[in-house]
Amino acid sequence: MARNKRAIPEINAGSMADIAFLLLIFYLVTTTMDTDKGINRKLPPIEDELVQDPPPIKERNIFTVLVNSNDQLLVEDEYLEINELRAKAMEFIDNNGDGSCEYCKGYGVSSSSDNPVKAVISLQNDRGTSYGMYVKVQNELVAAYEDLRERYAEEEYGRSYRGMDPEEDEEIIKEIKNAYQQKISEAEPLNIGG
Amino acid sequence: MAVIKKKKDKALPAVNTSALPDIVFMLLFFFMVATVMREVDLKVSVNKPQATEIQKLERKSLVTYIYAGSPRAKYQDKFGKTPRIQLNDAFASIDDLQPFVVQEREAKAEEDRPMMTMSIKADKTVKMGLISDIKLELRKAQAYKINYSSLQPKDAEALYSADN
Repeated sequence: MARNKRAIPEINAGSMADIAFLLLIFYLVTTTMDTDKGINRKLPPIEDELVQDPPPIKERNIFTVLVNSNDQLLVEDEYLEINELRAKAMEFIDNNGDGSCEYCKGYGVSSSSDNPVKAVISLQNDRGTSYGMYVKVQNELVAAYEDLRERYAEEEYGRSYRGMDPEEDEEIIKEIKNAYQQKISEAEPLNIGG
Repeated sequence: MAVIKKKKDKALPAVNTSALPDIVFMLLFFFMVATVMREVDLKVSVNKPQATEIQKLERKSLVTYIYAGSPRAKYQDKFGKTPRIQLNDAFASIDDLQPFVVQEREAKAEEDRPMMTMSIKADKTVKMGLISDIKLELRKAQAYKINYSSLQPKDAEALYSADN
């Protein structure tokens, strides 16, 4: 009886803060806050047999980008700086040579692409090209497509393409991606500049 | 006057610290939720390139990392300075890549396998020869989804600068 009446002594919680601090410090040390980000790409599958007759692509529909072992760019037989590449690529994709693309704003130059669907960017680098330069070139080419899509979204929907929700606006995103299909083809690297 | 005298005599009251554990716990929970354990001990130095068109890698469990770069200073007397590949915790050769990918794929749930992404974390000074070899091996191993790990540049100037 006396036992039941006795009050349970309070647990001393004074060291709780110490324990919590210890755990906190452990997590502080082991944590890495950097979220992984990068350029997503898809590699082409290896084909066992080469396609006998690859569908012919007209020269005007190919935008060649060459990068040598000194990280210099040769775009459509012309020496270019990396910060000019995006505008040049956009001009090529958006050229609308055959007039079939209604939303394009290109100049319709006869030496440039027919329409965005036919336009292909061909990228070739040397084995001596630095990875940093390669990523920069990739980034500019992807950015060229993204900028065009952005413009298209602004005009057709009055909204920002980059700000769209991948789930909510799935259909719209699909349509925009279709308007400017990303076609970047990578050739096997050369080995000239060793 | 008497009032002022009284105030001077009084000692400062102790700061109430009873809410301290609560604050610490709050921080603790934040870090526990936000934390990702450091998985590997990097043996190669990786100074990532910068890019603007980057996407966040969702679902870390589907991502497999391939590191490439020069060995760090403490490994240099043994492995030299030539850029190498690191898989998990060890240096690897290009021939190890294919079995590694297969093994990683086997370890994942069947429905997740097609979504497996290979993240290439390479130093920006690495030559494309090595990266191309990696890419060829990945194609052979049928791992087509890749990601070039990059950092967001501070401004456009940093993006185009020569040392990037």
